[in-house]
Amino acid sequence: MSGITIPVQTDKPKLAVYKFSSCDGCQLTLLNLEDELLDIANAVEIALFLEARRRVLPPPYDIGLIEGSISTPEEEERVHQVRRECKYLIAIGACATSGGIQSLRNWADVKEYANLVYPSPEYLKTLEASTPVAAHVFVDFELRGCPISGDQLLEVITALLAGRKPNIPSYSVCMECKRRGLPCVLVSKGEPCLGPITQAGCGALCPGCSRACYGCFGPMDQPNIKSLGGKLTGELGQTNRDMKRMLRTFNGYLEPFKQASDEYERLEQQENQ
Amino acid sequence: MTGVEQGIRDVWFLSMQGLGHMVSTLRAKGYTVVAPMVRDGVIAFAEIASVDQIASGVRDEMGPGRYRLVDDPLSRVFNYVVGQDSPKRFFFPPKLELVAMHVEGKRFVLDRTAPKPPKLAVLGIRPCDLAAIQVQDRVFGYGDDNAAERCESDTYYNQARKQSLLIAANCTQPGATCFCDSMGTGPRAKEGYDLSLTELGGGFILRAGSDDGRAIVSELPVREPSPSEIELGQLKIDQACERMGRSMDTDGLKELLNEQIDHPSWDEVAKRCMACSNCTMVCPTCFCSTVTDSNDLATDVASRTRHWESCFTHQFSYTTAGSVRSSLRARYRHWMRHKLGTWWDQFGSSGCVGCGRCITWCPVGIDITEQAAGLRGHPQASSHGGKRLSERGLMV
Repeated sequence: MSGITIPVQTDKPKLAVYKFSSCDGCQLTLLNLEDELLDIANAVEIALFLEARRRVLPPPYDIGLIEGSISTPEEEERVHQVRRECKYLIAIGACATSGGIQSLRNWADVKEYANLVYPSPEYLKTLEASTPVAAHVFVDFELRGCPISGDQLLEVITALLAGRKPNIPSYSVCMECKRRGLPCVLVSKGEPCLGPITQAGCGALCPGCSRACYGCFGPMDQPNIKSLGGKLTGELGQTNRDMKRMLRTFNGYLEPFKQASDEYERLEQQENQ
Repeated sequence: MTGVEQGIRDVWFLSMQGLGHMVSTLRAKGYTVVAPMVRDGVIAFAEIASVDQIASGVRDEMGPGRYRLVDDPLSRVFNYVVGQDSPKRFFFPPKLELVAMHVEGKRFVLDRTAPKPPKLAVLGIRPCDLAAIQVQDRVFGYGDDNAAERCESDTYYNQARKQSLLIAANCTQPGATCFCDSMGTGPRAKEGYDLSLTELGGGFILRAGSDDGRAIVSELPVREPSPSEIELGQLKIDQACERMGRSMDTDGLKELLNEQIDHPSWDEVAKRCMACSNCTMVCPTCFCSTVTDSNDLATDVASRTRHWESCFTHQFSYTTAGSVRSSLRARYRHWMRHKLGTWWDQFGSSGCVGCGRCITWCPVGIDITEQAAGLRGHPQASSHGGKRLSERGLMV
């Protein structure tokens, strides 16, 4: 990968931030990079970032950060336009990379939900399933997390501008946890921690606060969910329902969390019969 | 130094209060003193300012995938064994910036090089961890001029080790996952220590193993131990041998690991192994690292950083042709064969010291002693067609 060629009309690569079905938390991670924000603004032209400024420069853009899942017919159309506008498209956060928390509805009847929540559900236009950006268009890179890590976002932008490969690991949270020397909450406290199957990147944030990892960075490279599930449902007293819910909370629609959560649902139903 | 018979002049009795003198003496001599402390319910090595910060009055209970620290009515100081972390991180830091530089005109300008290690005194090292330091000494070429010539010695490690002082605490209360006795590394510190302690009721049998150690003793309020105190110290360590939670049969183990490369137990362990890398992170001898280059958006400074890495990650053996060890089976087997077998070829010793950490801190409690014993059972027809890997010419 070579560095970005700078367009003729401006002296800096243009950055665009798009929002789909999401809570805006991942976009705000960019604003939260307080110490580095001026450097970013120095390195790129912030062409589209409605959370930060009203001014919008026209496309094309060099880097597009896309937040949120594809949940409505309008979004399904718009995401193709976004892809056409950006040279590099980076999906940021659990919604954009897995379908997000809202993909819980993929296992339910959307109409039934809508009738319960909205007084006039007939005005609602929504898709049957909430899906990640990559299910619709090609994405150049994905950053996991709910929300994403500011450091990882900075790393991807910096690497892209320098024309080098970003240092984004695909191994377990345990690696970061142990490097920090944090006591293992699973082994020393019996907490149902998803660290051994979850991708690193957060810097072991929750174990650093003596809390169990709840998997917001999604599955690591080749997770052995069945083995961890055996420990959690056995010795640590979690139910099949607990397992299903833990796996589905943030990245439930992302394989192999999806498949494993379906299996725990099957076991749960078996128990209830 | 193995006992009184090697010279009574190197054995003393140090009172409980004397331990405090030891800490303040070390600090006065410019040492950064690290010792076992209680951190979030786990024993962990950290810098101490005074003796009362050393974990005491607690006892550890451990098993495969389980660790608990409980109050100990005996209220001894070193009545626990090993926690999650070994002193490894002080000599081989988990993250180390090696160099940072920027471009000026047509040349690189050096901004930073690796930091200088502190002058460390590690107090309360268990004999297994002491043996592990000696294993890593060979890995990182400590005190080996030939290794330095071949650029096979690690600068930070060598600096840290050269100025370090190691104070061992012999084990009188082994844990349920300990097997140092069968690995020949404990529960008595055999060599490589500057000072060693054996805890008795009201104090310690103190031994010196080096001139640096003797120099420290000369400033401590010590007295001659009585013969019964020495005997009691010996007895407590002897009894510890009998209470080892586990054992490893090392007889012909290296050959066994070579022969049983297609043993069905590898398939069984692969179902349990999560490749989370916890075993390698807590192992006091595991030495793998990865080096990454990165740059800074603001300053144009490029830096090179070394992190602990693990042979259990998918990217560890990643090449242009893919991962060399893509299955969990291959990765677990590679780690165990290296630790217990090929380590001998590479470094002339076992890579396992019997501390039991990989058993305790494996979230699903995979037991290396059980795995090794399992290989001695009769192998059944393997799912891999029973064909030796060497015949297939591929280590997958």
